Amino acid sequence: MSTIDDQTTADVPQTPEDENGHPKHDPAPAADSNAPVMLSFIIGIVISLIIGWAVFPKLLYSQKTQPVNFNHAMHMDPEISAEGCASCHYFREDGSFSGIPKLASCAECHEDVLGESEEEARFVEEYVKTGKEVPWLVYARQPDCVFFSHIAHVKMGNMECKTCHGDIGVSTQTRVYEENRITGYSRDIWGKNIAGFKKNTWDRMKMDDCAECHKANNVNQGSVQTLRGGCFVCHK
Amino acid sequence: MKLDRRCFLALSIGGAAGTALTPLPWKLTDDLSIWSQNWPWTPVPDKGAITYTHSVCDLCPGGCGITVKKAGDRVIRVEGIEDYPVNQGGVCILGIAGPQLLYSPTRVQKPLKRIGNRGEGRWEPISWQDALAMVIDKLKTLRAADKSHSVAGVFGRDRGTVAQLFQRLLTVYGSPNFFSTPSYLDNYEMTLYLMHGMRASVGVDAKNADFILSFGSGMIQGWGSSVYMFKANSLLKSTGRVVQVEPRLSVSAAKADEWVAVKPGTEGALALGLAHVIINENLHNSDFVVNYSTGFETFKQLVLGKYAPETVAGITDVPAEKIVALARAFARARKPLAICGRGQGLTPGHLSDYIAVHALNALVGNINRQGGVIAIPEADDIDWPEATMDAIAVAGMQKGRIDGAGSSRYPHSRSLLNQLPEVLNTGKGDSIETLFVADVNPLYTMPDAEATRAALAQIPFIVSFASFMDETAQMADLILPNHMYLERLEDVPSPAAYPANIIGLSRPAIGPLFDTRHTGDVIIALAHALGGNIAAAFPWQDYPTCLRETLGDKWNELNRKGYWQGPEVAAPLGFGTFDTASSKFEFSNPDLNAALESQPALPQGDATTYPHLLLPYDTMRIASGPIGSPPFLVKSVDETVLQGNDVLVEVNPKTAAALQLADGKPAKLKTPKGEAKVRVHITEGVAPDVVALPRGLGHTAYDDFLAGKGVNYNALVGMTEDPVSGLDATWGIRAKLSKA
Ligand code: SF4
Repeated sequence: MSTIDDQTTADVPQTPEDENGHPKHDPAPAADSNAPVMLSFIIGIVISLIIGWAVFPKLLYSQKTQPVNFNHAMHMDPEISAEGCASCHYFREDGSFSGIPKLASCAECHEDVLGESEEEARFVEEYVKTGKEVPWLVYARQPDCVFFSHIAHVKMGNMECKTCHGDIGVSTQTRVYEENRITGYSRDIWGKNIAGFKKNTWDRMKMDDCAECHKANNVNQGSVQTLRGGCFVCHK
Repeated sequence: MKLDRRCFLALSIGGAAGTALTPLPWKLTDDLSIWSQNWPWTPVPDKGAITYTHSVCDLCPGGCGITVKKAGDRVIRVEGIEDYPVNQGGVCILGIAGPQLLYSPTRVQKPLKRIGNRGEGRWEPISWQDALAMVIDKLKTLRAADKSHSVAGVFGRDRGTVAQLFQRLLTVYGSPNFFSTPSYLDNYEMTLYLMHGMRASVGVDAKNADFILSFGSGMIQGWGSSVYMFKANSLLKSTGRVVQVEPRLSVSAAKADEWVAVKPGTEGALALGLAHVIINENLHNSDFVVNYSTGFETFKQLVLGKYAPETVAGITDVPAEKIVALARAFARARKPLAICGRGQGLTPGHLSDYIAVHALNALVGNINRQGGVIAIPEADDIDWPEATMDAIAVAGMQKGRIDGAGSSRYPHSRSLLNQLPEVLNTGKGDSIETLFVADVNPLYTMPDAEATRAALAQIPFIVSFASFMDETAQMADLILPNHMYLERLEDVPSPAAYPANIIGLSRPAIGPLFDTRHTGDVIIALAHALGGNIAAAFPWQDYPTCLRETLGDKWNELNRKGYWQGPEVAAPLGFGTFDTASSKFEFSNPDLNAALESQPALPQGDATTYPHLLLPYDTMRIASGPIGSPPFLVKSVDETVLQGNDVLVEVNPKTAAALQLADGKPAKLKTPKGEAKVRVHITEGVAPDVVALPRGLGHTAYDDFLAGKGVNYNALVGMTEDPVSGLDATWGIRAKLSKA
């Protein structure tokens, strides 16, 4: 291989040409000079793979802890929460979903410290006594351009909470909340797996995951507005 | 190994190839699109529980029933209540924008004491306790010095418990100087007083009329109770006829069945011209005239003698045939209704116009009955026991009002705020030592802004109850901010010109966002602190108690339904409801005749220096009262009205041609009172030499969406008193428009 630079140096012998006037390649020296290039190429690949698969996800998400370390498992005791998840995450009379309970719901039981846990004592002290709402970090919060109705899925579609949220009821403490530094939403939406692979229905909450289920069950595939391609079902 | 350029290139290509095998590019693309579709700085409403509060809008005298929708603790929407009698589900654009006012950056968030010069905008927060102590100290000092009458209050209205509480406070303190904002309703009140012999407010049963003859009243520009009038106007589209008499092609005129372009300021003469035809052709309702009225002969002589169609045509520029045809159409309608008060009626206008127009209603007998004009006797909702007055209070009250209302000069008037600047600036009357202002912004809304500014400068101590930092609040020495209407409990008196007595209840949709206090509570607290007879006149521990006790048996209904409606006035009363000496409707009496003969010197300015005529106009899209337009309104204003910071004045093509002004080009507008830079909008909707300017712009206060946009009409116009009522009769001013 010759370069213009090579040709500018007078004492470098000219690359011999074949009978057609094309430069003639001498295989031996080429192998010598290609080795570092190949190596560089491979190093490039390796470094980028490391960055892409390991470093980037670390950089992309910041790690946050919930303001209160909440124990779902303990609260799921039927004596405490007779109606299971719905004891705290209930539907309001108008059908809208309450989501994460407001302080007032917590305070119905925790007006004073009930148990031995230090965390509970801190919660009562810092929040219940001062009336300050707990700034919970919501793992499942969707971007604001998404319209989602819980009642349509849970009551009309008879779906279980865990289909989307996983078996959160058995957790004894809150997970680290990984916040996407660009979008501000939780890592749970894209899924823990940076490549987007999932094993369980609750591993990801992207549009494709919604669509997958809608297609499989043939529900709301067309919106009233377009009659096909259900964009407006969720993007009002 | 030597790393040459080839290696580097290979490294990069390897890097790129490797990156393509990682999720990085796809993930980044996805994140960036999510980010750009949901800009994090775009405000998003709370996701909390949706709740609704039934209340009454108090942003204008419209009195619409509203539902305030909240998500969590955030007010997100205002809607009309379907079965509220006044607005039946409708709300106007200002009503919709209520939440923007609630969260406006111009809210006064805590009591403030001025530390800089007036208008400089330097304030110091002060505790409620200290602020009230300051006021109490001032009031005690003035009273001890026998100057109780030098304390005055300017309120948005004179009805309703809060205004009445303040008036009561002034009375037992010893000052007659309570002012309310003057408007067309004052003229109507006086007209009813002179013709029906009773203190009553006007009710216009527009929905049941079948022919509305409007003398410049903006039926769809905010006259009366805006939403009610909108609905009536739409109804008349199918069931009747609307004729708009107005010099300018307003939206009301454009949507009417007929627009009668009249020479500015001659509407009253046209009404008398119509009366001439009706009487002359015997088209009047003889049952009413014969059985329920007196003074008809005198009135007849006046109109037959002076207002023949040809004469009136000369005065009004309306052809004589048109006058005759209009009079016939009006008189032959089943329920003909004539109304007046220009635009939104912000300037009261000439009393004789109202008398002439109301005489038309009387001629066709459409008074105190369905589809007509109804005199609604002053409500006796507020029936507090007579307060015991001490010697200082009696002496103070005997001094008489500083504006001359109720004196021999203006015997029928009750409050003449428009006279105040002149009295203070010329030093002809008493001085005002302390002024309270609530729900008003006189520095912006009163004519002759310069004179008003000078008058305010004469007052050593101004206390404002403003919820927003408006122009007048900026001039105050102390601001005791009231809750804004979505945060407070208060009775809302009958809507403007609504044909029934209806009290609405404004209820807090949300707790106070800031350290504000209900003005009702502040008044009661002041009274209690002043002690003696004054405290005794306020036997309530707080305002809610006062409200509940005052409304007595109405309270339950009011609380349950959100409104209380008085008995139907019109139907059962029929014609026989006049409280004059003759117990009949009076077409003429000495006061009426004097009013009809009177002519205020209008318009101001000489025709040589000022060859044009400046007229204001009102639009629903710009709030022109004490409340400044929230951004939602400003953004709705057409670009033929506002471009950037420039207001466009309407100019006839002929005038524009004479001045060599092209559409959209800048111009200079000068009046005897001031001058301004404007742009021109060329339209056939105004007569040659007329220049029309919208009201409600040119604020110096409020937020960036409003401040500095356009020109304040009130800064360009003067006040000309009506010789009989003393109210402001102005409808425009001479002006000179020239190329900038
Ligand atoms: S008309 Fe007046 S009272 Fe009715 S919604 Fe509009 S601002 Fe409020």
